Amino acid sequence: MDEERTSYQVNHLAQLESEAIFILRETAAQFERPALLFSGGKDSIVMAHLARKAFFPARLPFPLLHVDTGHNFQETLDYRDQYVADLRAELVVAYVQDSIDQGRVQEEKGPFASRNALQTVTLLDAIEANKYDACLGGGRRDEEKARAKERFFSHRDDFGQWDPKNQRPELWNLFNGRKHHGEHFRVFPLSNWTEMDVWQYIKAEKIPLPSLYFSHQRDVVHRSGAMLAISDVVTAQPGERVETNAVVRFRTIGDMTCTGAVYSEAADMDTIIYEVATARQTERGTRADDKRSETAMEDRKKEGYF
Amino acid sequence: MHTDIPIDEGYLHMDLLRFTTAGSVDDGKSTLIGRLLYDSKNTFEDQMDAVEATSKKRGDEHVNLALLTDGLRAEREQGITIDVAYRYFATPKRKFIIADTPGHIQYTRNMVTGASTANLAIILVDARLGVIEQTCRHAFIADLLRIRHVILAVNKMDLVDYSEKRFNEIVDEFKRFASRLDNIVDMVAIPISALHGDNVVDKSTNMDWYEGPTMLYHLETVYIGSDHNHVDARFPVQWVIRPHSDEYHDFRGYAGRVAGGVFRPGDEVVVQPSGFATKIKAIESFDGPQESAFAPLSCTITLEDEIDISRGDMITKPNNPPKKDQEIEAMICWFSESTQLTTNAKYYLRHTTKEVKAIVKDVRYKVNINTLHKIEDDKTFRLNEIGRISLRTSAPLLYDSYRRNRATGSFILIDSQTNETVAAGMIL
Repeated sequence: MDEERTSYQVNHLAQLESEAIFILRETAAQFERPALLFSGGKDSIVMAHLARKAFFPARLPFPLLHVDTGHNFQETLDYRDQYVADLRAELVVAYVQDSIDQGRVQEEKGPFASRNALQTVTLLDAIEANKYDACLGGGRRDEEKARAKERFFSHRDDFGQWDPKNQRPELWNLFNGRKHHGEHFRVFPLSNWTEMDVWQYIKAEKIPLPSLYFSHQRDVVHRSGAMLAISDVVTAQPGERVETNAVVRFRTIGDMTCTGAVYSEAADMDTIIYEVATARQTERGTRADDKRSETAMEDRKKEGYF
Repeated sequence: MHTDIPIDEGYLHMDLLRFTTAGSVDDGKSTLIGRLLYDSKNTFEDQMDAVEATSKKRGDEHVNLALLTDGLRAEREQGITIDVAYRYFATPKRKFIIADTPGHIQYTRNMVTGASTANLAIILVDARLGVIEQTCRHAFIADLLRIRHVILAVNKMDLVDYSEKRFNEIVDEFKRFASRLDNIVDMVAIPISALHGDNVVDKSTNMDWYEGPTMLYHLETVYIGSDHNHVDARFPVQWVIRPHSDEYHDFRGYAGRVAGGVFRPGDEVVVQPSGFATKIKAIESFDGPQESAFAPLSCTITLEDEIDISRGDMITKPNNPPKKDQEIEAMICWFSESTQLTTNAKYYLRHTTKEVKAIVKDVRYKVNINTLHKIEDDKTFRLNEIGRISLRTSAPLLYDSYRRNRATGSFILIDSQTNETVAAGMIL
């Protein structure tokens, strides 16, 4: 008996995968119009992969929604289009530029301007316009302290806001997606994953990634403790240290104005996993958007950020 | 993280342990978690920099490791924990998920929430105070939620001169209380000082008399066996997959997460509540057909016969059916601050993948969770109260007792006006 029991042991990745697939199916079952937020970053890639597994051999029962700041790395966009084609999924793109043109948001001025904060308005507008009632996100609780309190099914009021003190308790496998008209949910199937789990899963499942995650050479500027890629939207200011052909890679991928690179020669999965295991800085330590204040993430989440 | 985790295929196959921590307000719970993370080398430099800076600003004497677990602004300002927070760390032996729940009296519901998915509970006691009311409450909740493994962490041993006598007194006292709880099958008591790190990750040099494991060693090696039921075959259907594609024209798959037992192709099955019998054709997955599926795996089952099956139905096996009833007896914990549970109140009841309506037929009793005495003269549940009720549901539930299977024996009640989750239930 004992021997037979042992054969039913399930390793951590299989447990996390099973949990995430359960959440994805629960979202499809409990909501009328879900969408999967897809940024082309590794977490959303893993999410799309899990969704493909959850509904196989059918196609995804919901579209992928990309909020495009207009400041994306070209590699991310190329990857996105290829991946969506492979999945035969529906892609919906919401443009921050449209929100700016419509006067919904004011673009930040100056050399340090970022469209990161503007995304929230574009996202909430897209949710309203498409009548999405649940948005699946790749957020993980290990990423940031405000996210450690996040639920799998995260309730948002009719302003799209998160109220950390008034969250629904979540027990066992039971998720309450009931809501009033106009309210919606954010759903986080990867809640219990760590950065390491994500990398290990990508390796175990042989999921292709955008080239940005692997070591390459690029010109960077050092700004507020982060190392940003020089591009049309990030130019070096007087007094800032510029480095040409730095050997770098990205641990997270977001908007070019706020995603910092790290020095790295890791060019394959095993080296990246080793690097993650030995890293001395948190993953979001490279994100300039979290550095604006100690509670930056908490404040943005309350407003309705991802 | 600067851990010495081996990078090989073996690391892709690690065991996962979920545990919860419970302690009263000043028992040093956050310090203990901070200590576990710090001494097991699961903290980052930028986190430590922030913690050191905040400690200095607050005028703390030591680098306050408790700050590693602080989350929201209100918590930092008031120095409290307001909700369940989940923490993650790993050693070369295991991966851990901590449900960090506050111990303050009004937060019973958070501990119940954290305990619902835990394999093990750490119950913290201040060595100076010993076993207090809240300790008993924490042990009672761990037992109620069927946590089988408990660590009694006697903290602040430095403040009682690392006294063996004091430690033994507390352990005896705890055992006297815990003997009345029968789901806890394994209890280990460890004398620690979270502040100084004694017996948390590293063995204490101040307590030669203690020969047991350090806390981390115990967490890494405690045999959890399987908390999942591999005996009673239960597959609640979550979603029906119909591709409508040329390639999979007639495909009809039942997707879900195995809640108990083992399913294999060729197995005879009975679909409940209809009672139709058929056989499993295949267990499908993106990675190809599977030889078996068991809890807690998610899978997709196809059947030999076309039967009308929808979400909320359950695939089971002959000769071992779940109970099927509209009259339910259960223990509940009440979660709502704004409403109270009374006889005749109606709720939505969510159980496995099914949602039904339920009416409260009777409040049998409430439990004074500090003394375990029954309260029979007060039939109203208020926030954090625990007790036994009977319910009648609008359709039969397919269930097992919570004691036999957590996945098919648990439910939540949802207020039909506010949509809030107002109670957690464990079927008797």
